[in-house]
Amino acid sequence: MSVFAVILGLIAGAILMIATGNNPLDGFYFLFRGGLMNIERVGNTLATATPLIFAGLSVAFAFKTGLFNIGGAGQMLIGGLCATAIGLTFDWPKPILLAVIIIAALIGGALWASLPGLLKAKFNVHEVVSTIMMNWIAYWIIFYIVPQYFKGPFLETESQRIPAAASLKVPWLTSLFSGSFINLGFFLAIIVVVISAFILERTTLGYELKAVGYNRDAAGAAGINVNRNVILSMAIAGALAGLGGATFYVGFASNMQIGVLPAQGFDGIAVALLGANSPWGVFAAAIFFGILHTGKGFMNAMTAIPPEIADTIIATIIYFAATSVLIERNWDKLLKFNRDNLLRRKKKESLEVEAGGDQ
Amino acid sequence: MELIVEMNNIRKSFPGVVACDDITFKVRKGEIHALLGENGAGKSTLMNILFGLYQQDQGDILLRGKKVNIANPNVANNLGIGMVHQHFKLVHNFTVTENIILGIEPIRALMVDTRSASARIEDLSERYGLNVDPEAKIEDVSVGMQQRVEILKMLYRDAEILIFDEPTAVLTPQEVQDLIKIMHNLIEEGKTIILITHKLREIMAVADRCTVIRWGKVVGTVNVSDTSEEKLAEMMVGRKVLFDLNKIEAHPAEEILKIENLSVRNSNGMLGLKNFSLGVRCGEIVGLAGVDGNGQTELVETIIGLRKPENGRIFLKGQDISSLSTRKRIETGMAHIPEDRHKHGLILDYTVQENLILKNYYFEPFSRNGLIDWDYVYAHAEKVINDFDVRSGQGVEASARSLSGGNQQKAIVGREIDGNPNLLVAVQPTRGLDVGAIEYIHQRLLEQRDQGKAVFMISLELDEILDLSDRIAVIYNGELVGVVNASETNENEIGLMMAGGKRGAVA
Ligand SMILES: Nc1ncnc2c1ncn2[C@@H]1O[C@H](COP(=O)(O)OP(=O)(O)OP(=O)(O)O)[C@@H](O)[C@H]1O
Ligand SMILES: [Mg+2]
Repeated sequence: MSVFAVILGLIAGAILMIATGNNPLDGFYFLFRGGLMNIERVGNTLATATPLIFAGLSVAFAFKTGLFNIGGAGQMLIGGLCATAIGLTFDWPKPILLAVIIIAALIGGALWASLPGLLKAKFNVHEVVSTIMMNWIAYWIIFYIVPQYFKGPFLETESQRIPAAASLKVPWLTSLFSGSFINLGFFLAIIVVVISAFILERTTLGYELKAVGYNRDAAGAAGINVNRNVILSMAIAGALAGLGGATFYVGFASNMQIGVLPAQGFDGIAVALLGANSPWGVFAAAIFFGILHTGKGFMNAMTAIPPEIADTIIATIIYFAATSVLIERNWDKLLKFNRDNLLRRKKKESLEVEAGGDQ
Repeated sequence: MELIVEMNNIRKSFPGVVACDDITFKVRKGEIHALLGENGAGKSTLMNILFGLYQQDQGDILLRGKKVNIANPNVANNLGIGMVHQHFKLVHNFTVTENIILGIEPIRALMVDTRSASARIEDLSERYGLNVDPEAKIEDVSVGMQQRVEILKMLYRDAEILIFDEPTAVLTPQEVQDLIKIMHNLIEEGKTIILITHKLREIMAVADRCTVIRWGKVVGTVNVSDTSEEKLAEMMVGRKVLFDLNKIEAHPAEEILKIENLSVRNSNGMLGLKNFSLGVRCGEIVGLAGVDGNGQTELVETIIGLRKPENGRIFLKGQDISSLSTRKRIETGMAHIPEDRHKHGLILDYTVQENLILKNYYFEPFSRNGLIDWDYVYAHAEKVINDFDVRSGQGVEASARSLSGGNQQKAIVGREIDGNPNLLVAVQPTRGLDVGAIEYIHQRLLEQRDQGKAVFMISLELDEILDLSDRIAVIYNGELVGVVNASETNENEIGLMMAGGKRGAVA
């Protein structure tokens, strides 16, 4: 994870707090306390981080193959829709129902995202354009399907609540974290992080995907099927976001609202950026964002600092993460400058000592 | 004579290697000073330090007698130092003018004033005989022209000290002659040139003095008029270099590659290859001679499977492969040393060991059930880099990007020959290699042939074609001019054919 970006983001936040007449030490104290103060808040932090982990992995995975997946939000919606539909339709024992829900969300997201992959491979349609369009298509599909088939008892704008058997929330976990939102999705996220890292580092699949991402001409000349990898990479990215959708709509929440693109889909881009596109980096970045999101309300309650400051910190971190290459390069220079000065001074001293010596 | 550049006791290390070890290098004003050394000796590194791309760990640089600190290339520009890199740094969808003014755009009324820039570029181009069209897009111009754009870039910035890093590696013989003329023009206008090259003949032809480095250390500086190609080679490699190949008679057997009436469109949609037919037999080396841009790229890319033919067929071992995927062709025993090593040869962000499995990662013993066996991959890579003398700071774990240009080439050649292919399509196999490495690669190519494998070599170097080939095919304007036996021809005849002159008897 780009530590520089985080530090600079926090400094920028501190400056803002000072500028608005607040004590930044207090601010940060309550911000982090709000995210970590007790077991319930820790649980909420992890629960908030869960869909971010999936969304971040989705973006990171596609990026390894050189693709910008901006379609995380739509893929989450489709994954969530598959999960919700199955949860509301079938009356199976919980373990079976959850397994089917997870698989359905995974497949739904994968199919949804493979379409832009296909368009890219066959017609060279840029994935940024097509995934954004797919977001809106997903948005309108939910807009019509949810009121039509899964309408809630009171409101036209949201689905029925899923039954307890279809929820990733489980009583033992909820009570372990004294009533927090945390759910099985978090453990699923850890498993998926491990699997993603394994695929990228150890398997021929990961080797191919990265080869295509780094240099598609050379990959093609070496006999790697570039188009197949582009589609596959998008499908995997979609599957990851689809899973994120399931953990969000049948884990964190328990119904689907219409007319909303989940912000996590876009935050995933920031998470991937901050996590330097590595699975464990994404994991850490998502938890960090989880802390800020969970803590900002508490900070607002305990101080006069508006919660937007936390959002500003996040935004600044994203900004610095995006430019981190530059920062690190200059940082190296600074270090080197100091070292050079030191060396020069030492050299001078030693020259003075052995004055007259050669050079 | 007045010294313009003095680099004193320069040291620069990278992880695992000292690229420059206490190098002292002095250039006189107005001379052409050649820098010679094996692949990975540290030539590019030393010049990158002078150009401000790297900072030396130790040592001083004096320019015109004054000590300077060249923190970055902008400082170098301001001090009158310009560099043409081993791998060009141009923006492909920009015009010549846009590339040249990049970073120092003249501004008038808040707009980039390309008009006055263009005029000045035309002016410079004429003065030095560069013959560059300021409005052309880089992607549409030849490599030789791109290089002249790089030269203009330096001149536009009023550089006085011009560094050329292996400028002739990518040029056709004619373009080399042009470049030599340009260099003489530059010297007459009072410029100073530092020239890195592996081609001893060029050093003898243009340079005044030559500094030889080996393993990061200076071996010596000599006056070119007091030395010879043999002496330079010996200084550089540390042993006598055989300029004669030990080549036994070929025993060609059955035909392995058969190209039948092949027509291929080039990137502009025109027929770049027209009705081309040629056969290559097992146990022989067929060289394809021709001036660059006469259809070689289209031919090779179609053989490899990166381009679809318009007409005609290709047979490998009697099987029609015209519509097979690249992978299928590779599996039938075809290997390929590409023309552009950065575009088609390497994944620069992968390590050396990862690059060495680019064509075989997916089968045993490199991987099993989809899992890569990194221990095996490591051992395999160690063997290849030892066999082919690929030098790098961190061995097989160095990123391909960090290798010197010649070592990148050796890694590719090693990968392709190590697969022991039935047919090796080798485009400029020794581009950018030092004389020692060229000798070795040529031996290995002959060895392939003697083992009954086929080599189809495409080269712009007439010497390489004449020395190595058993038969020589000549291409001109997308058409086959003729095929001759290497033992029955000479440079003149091939030269004539390369200009399109047909030959009566086709062997
Ligand atoms: N950025 C880098 N990181 C790590 N090692 C490097 C880097 N640049 C160069 N090296 C190493 O330094 C050594 C010298 O490299 P350099 O590019 O100067 O060689 P060269 O003399 O130009 O060779 P060639 O003729 O092949 O171009 C090589 O061993 C190379 O691997
Ligand atoms: Mg070099």
